[in-house]
Amino acid sequence: MTVYLVRRLGFLVISFAIAMVVLFLLLRVLPGDPANALLSVNATQEQIDAARAQVGADLPLFQQFTDWFGGVLSLDLGSSFISSLPVGPEIAARMSVTIPLTLLSFALALLIALPAGFIAAVRADRWYGILLSGFSQLGIAVPVFWVGMLLVNVFAVNLRWLPSGGFPRDDWANPGAALTSLALPVITIALVMSASLTRYIRSATLDVIGSDYLRSARAQGASFSGAFWRHGLRNGIVPVISILGIELATTFLGAVVVESVFTLPGLGSMLLTAIQQHDYPNIQGILLVSTLLVLVIGFLADVAQRLIDPRLRTSISGNGIR
Amino acid sequence: MKRSTGAIALSVAAALALSGCAAGGGTSDTGAATATDATIEVGSLYEPQNLSNVGGGGQGVTEALTGNVYEGLFRLTDAGEVEPVLAASNTVSDDGLTYTFTLQDGVTFHSGDPLTSADVKSSIERVTAEDSQSARKSSFKTIADIQTPDDATVTITLSEPSISFIYNLSYIWVVNDAATDLKTTEDGTGPYTVGDWKRGSSLSLDRWSDYWGEQASNKEVVFNYFTDATALSNALVTNQIDVITSVQSPDQLSQFTDNPDFVVNDGNSTTKELLAFNDKVAPFDQVAVRKAVYSAIDTEKLLNSVWGDYGTLIGSMVPPTDPWYEDLTQVNPYDPALSEKLLAEAGLADGFEFTLDTPSYDPHPAVAEFLQSELAKVGITVNINTISADEWYSKVFKERNFEATLQEHVNDRDVVWYGNPDFYWGYNNPQVTEWVAEAERASSTDEQTAKLKLVNEQIAQDAASVWLYLYPQIVVASSDISGYGVNGLNSQFFVSKIVRG
Repeated sequence: MTVYLVRRLGFLVISFAIAMVVLFLLLRVLPGDPANALLSVNATQEQIDAARAQVGADLPLFQQFTDWFGGVLSLDLGSSFISSLPVGPEIAARMSVTIPLTLLSFALALLIALPAGFIAAVRADRWYGILLSGFSQLGIAVPVFWVGMLLVNVFAVNLRWLPSGGFPRDDWANPGAALTSLALPVITIALVMSASLTRYIRSATLDVIGSDYLRSARAQGASFSGAFWRHGLRNGIVPVISILGIELATTFLGAVVVESVFTLPGLGSMLLTAIQQHDYPNIQGILLVSTLLVLVIGFLADVAQRLIDPRLRTSISGNGIR
Repeated sequence: MKRSTGAIALSVAAALALSGCAAGGGTSDTGAATATDATIEVGSLYEPQNLSNVGGGGQGVTEALTGNVYEGLFRLTDAGEVEPVLAASNTVSDDGLTYTFTLQDGVTFHSGDPLTSADVKSSIERVTAEDSQSARKSSFKTIADIQTPDDATVTITLSEPSISFIYNLSYIWVVNDAATDLKTTEDGTGPYTVGDWKRGSSLSLDRWSDYWGEQASNKEVVFNYFTDATALSNALVTNQIDVITSVQSPDQLSQFTDNPDFVVNDGNSTTKELLAFNDKVAPFDQVAVRKAVYSAIDTEKLLNSVWGDYGTLIGSMVPPTDPWYEDLTQVNPYDPALSEKLLAEAGLADGFEFTLDTPSYDPHPAVAEFLQSELAKVGITVNINTISADEWYSKVFKERNFEATLQEHVNDRDVVWYGNPDFYWGYNNPQVTEWVAEAERASSTDEQTAKLKLVNEQIAQDAASVWLYLYPQIVVASSDISGYGVNGLNSQFFVSKIVRG
C-alpha cells in the first residue's frame, strides 16, 4: 500500500507539472492581447507598448513561464493584470463561496441519488422504479443553467421564498443568510448532478443483484437484505466511488456555470471575467488551483477504492514490489 | 466603443438638484428626514476592475465613482452641460491660451488633507502621464504648462486654443497628490467614501459627513454587479435592488412597463450603432456606393425590431444631446429605387458582394442578419463574418483589414473622429479635417458649433458610414425611489440625490 501511495503521489505531481505547462502554453496561443483589455480603442501604440511592459507581456515566453513557475513554487501566484490585486488571496476569497457550494451540492445530490438509484434498481419492475429511471434519464439531458433559471422563476420571482441571486456582503458572518443565498444554486446543481449519479448507482445495484455471489449467499439461506448489505454493498461501492471522484470534480466545474446564473462571487465568475480580459495571472491561478483540486479528488478516490477492495490492493502493490 | 472601455452613460440628479429641481424619472420630491438614512441598492452590469480611471478599470469606474467619490474642476451634467464643481471661478486669456482657475474654499479629501492647486496639477498629470491608460489622454495634448502660483490658483497654458478644454476637464478627477495605490483605495473629495469592495459582487459607498457641499440625501449606496441581464432584472423584480443603471436588452423590459411598482425611464444615450465601411477599399471608396447601401436599409424597421418602441433614428454621428445636432435623417432616405439607381451610376447595376465583420455580442449579429436581407433586395450580397471583441480590435481597428463592420460608438461629441483620416474607417475628406481643426481652435462655442455642423452635414452627404440608430438609454427603477438621472452621458450615475419614499 505504501508503495502504491508513493507511486500514486508521484503520478499526481507529474500530472500537475504537465498541466501547468499545457495551461501556460494554451493561454498564450489564444488570439488577443491583454493590453487590449486595459485600453480603449483610441489608444496609441505607445500606450499599448506601455501596457504590455507593465504586465510583463512583452517578455519572452520562456521567461514569463519561469517567472510564473518560480512564483508558484513559493506559493505566489502573481498579481492580476487588471486590478493589480494579488491572485492568491483573491482565489481564497472566492473559494469561500465555491467550496461550500460544491460540497453542499454534492452532499445533496448523493442524498437524492443513493435512495433513488437503489429503489430504481431493486424496484425496477414497479411503476415508481420505472418513473425514477425515467426522471434520471431526463435529468441528464437538461442543461444546468436552464434548471437554474427555472428555479429562479418559480421560487424567487413568483413565490418570493428565496433570493434570485447574490451573496451577503459580509460573507459568512451571518451563516443563515449565506445559506439562504446558496439554497437555490445548491438545489440546481444537486438536481442535475443527482440524475447521472442515480444512473450509476442504479446500474451498480443491478450488477450486485444479478451477481453470482449474491445468489450463492441467498442459496445458503441469507435473506435478500442480509446478503445485500453484507456482501453486495462492499462489492458494489467500489465502482461507485471511482465515479463519485469524477462526479465531485464535475460538480466543482458545474458550480462555475451556476455562479453566473445566480451572481455568486465565486471562482467561476472570477474565471469568466478573467478570460474576457486576458488576465493571464488570474486565469492561470484559477485553473492551477482547480486542476490541483481535481487531481487531489481523483487521488483520494483511488486510495479509498483500494482501502475498500483488497483485490485491488494486492494486484497493484504486488507489481510494485517485483 | 468596446463596452468595457467606452463611455456609455447615465447621469443624474446631482446636477438637477444643483440647478434647483428634484427630478429625473422619480415622482416625489426629497422626502422626509427619515429617508436620509436610506440605503440605495443599485444594479449594474459594469463592475469596475479596479478603482482607477487611468488603469483599465472600465466604464464601471466612472459609473460608481465619478461625481460620487471623485469630483473634477467641472462636471458634465445629466443634461449634457458643463458646470463648475471644484473650480470656484475661471478666466481665459484673450488669445484663448491661458486658463486661470480659482479653487473652492474649504474642500478636503477623504483622508483629511486640504485640496490645493498642487493636487489639481498632479491630477491632470496623472491622466496625461506616459503610463496612463485613460481614454481621454489624447484630449490633453495641447497642455503646454501648468503653474500653481498659490494654493488656491491653477494656471494652465495651452500650445494652441482648444474650445473643448473646459469640457475635457470634466473627465479629470481631482485626486490627493499624496495618495498611493489608487487601484484598490481612493482619496477624492466627493460626497461618498468607498466602503466595502467585494470583488465579483458589490461596491458600497458611504456618505461622508465632512463633505464640503450639500450632504448626500442617503446614507449608503451599494452597487451590485451582475454578469447576466436576466439575473439583473430578477433582482429588481424581487426588490433586491432599487434601480438598474442601464438596461441592455429590450426583452427584459416587458415585465416592468405595465407595472405600477416600477418606472421605466427612456433617456437620451450617445451610443450609436454604425455600419462602418472601410472608405479606402473598393467599392466603398465611391460615395455613390456608400449612399446606395445607406438608402437600401430601412433603419426604422431595424430599430423597431431590435428595441421595439425605444431608441432614436439618426442621420449622422451626432446625437441630439451634442450641441451641433441637426436632424439629417433625410439626407440618405430609405429608398430602394434610389439605391438601385446609385448602384447603376457606380457601374454596379448587377450588385456586388462584401464581407461584414460582425462582433459576436448583442445586438450586432441580429443587425447583421437584418442588413443581409435588406441589401439582398438591391442585389448586394453580404457575407457575415462573426468575430470576437478582441479580434475586432486587432483585425478591424488596428490592422484595418476589413471591408465593412458593425460597431457601437458610445462617446458623446465623437463626430470629430471623422476629421482624423487615420481612424479605422479611413474616411479622408481634407475639408472635413480642416473644419474639425478649426472648430477646436474656435474662439467661441458658436463658432465651434457652426464648424461642426458643417462637418456633420458633409459626412452625411458623403455617407461616410451608415448611422443605423441611436441606442435608447433606459433606467428602470422601483417607484419607491427618486432623484436619479436618466440620460446616457459618459457612464456617469450620480447617486447623492437619490431618496426612498
